[in-house]
Amino acid sequence: MNDDRVFKALADATRRYLLDMLFARDGQTLTQLESQLEMTRFGVMKHLRVLEAAGLVVPRWSGREKLHFLNPVPVRLIHNRWIHKYAEHQVSALAELKAELEAKVCRRTRQRA
Amino acid sequence: MSADTTTSVTTQVYEVYIRATPQAIWDAITSPEWTVKYGYQGAVEYELRPGGAYRAHATPEMQAMGVPDVVIDGVVEEADPPKKLVHTYRFLFSDAMKAEGFTRVTWEIEKAAAGFSRLTVIHELEGAPIMAGMVASRFSEMGTGGWAWILSDLKSLLETGSSM
Repeated sequence: MNDDRVFKALADATRRYLLDMLFARDGQTLTQLESQLEMTRFGVMKHLRVLEAAGLVVPRWSGREKLHFLNPVPVRLIHNRWIHKYAEHQVSALAELKAELEAKVCRRTRQRA
Repeated sequence: MSADTTTSVTTQVYEVYIRATPQAIWDAITSPEWTVKYGYQGAVEYELRPGGAYRAHATPEMQAMGVPDVVIDGVVEEADPPKKLVHTYRFLFSDAMKAEGFTRVTWEIEKAAAGFSRLTVIHELEGAPIMAGMVASRFSEMGTGGWAWILSDLKSLLETGSSM
């Protein structure tokens, strides 16, 4: 449903950096995130809004504090839909080739011995 | 508590939109007929009332590898079908995990637009660093396991009729 929003959200270095910050330490407030970036509070808020719309960041309230949590599910879904589909075959084909070549080398070594 | 920047948050939050009714999602979470079809494929038992038992069983394959029959246990704290389910959650795979004790899982299901429902899983993991690493899938190479994997598999099952 929102693949476009996820790709758009990820197509920005600051927003990827925000995700990395939450990966390192989940559940940070806007103030905590802002203190680690050379950007105005308004700028960080704008980026967080894009991440929230894509579902990559989920806000939860803890008392009066709004905490931001990294939600990895949209990334997982993109992995399933796009990366797994195109990369898996090549990886397994290479793995098979490697096994085949190594088996041949083994056979030859054995024959020589 | 004022703006305390040293408190470490041990809660994890997962959210997914699924093209299904809240009732279908509720059934997929709470009935063993459904839970054997996605994720770790173990059958669950829920006594859906406060104080009721929660148990997740290992699959026959897992049991053959030496995993105990009941791999996760807990107590239901709140059951409000098909909107909210809260229960405690403890891994019994090993003594070290059992010693971490009970964590808390909250499932929230909300009707969204265009035939979708939003499922949110909030896992409070205070004092359970081993479990926190496992459910975040930080120990598995291929990225299988953990909530993100379980929830994407659940979405696939409910939307296409088959898991991955």
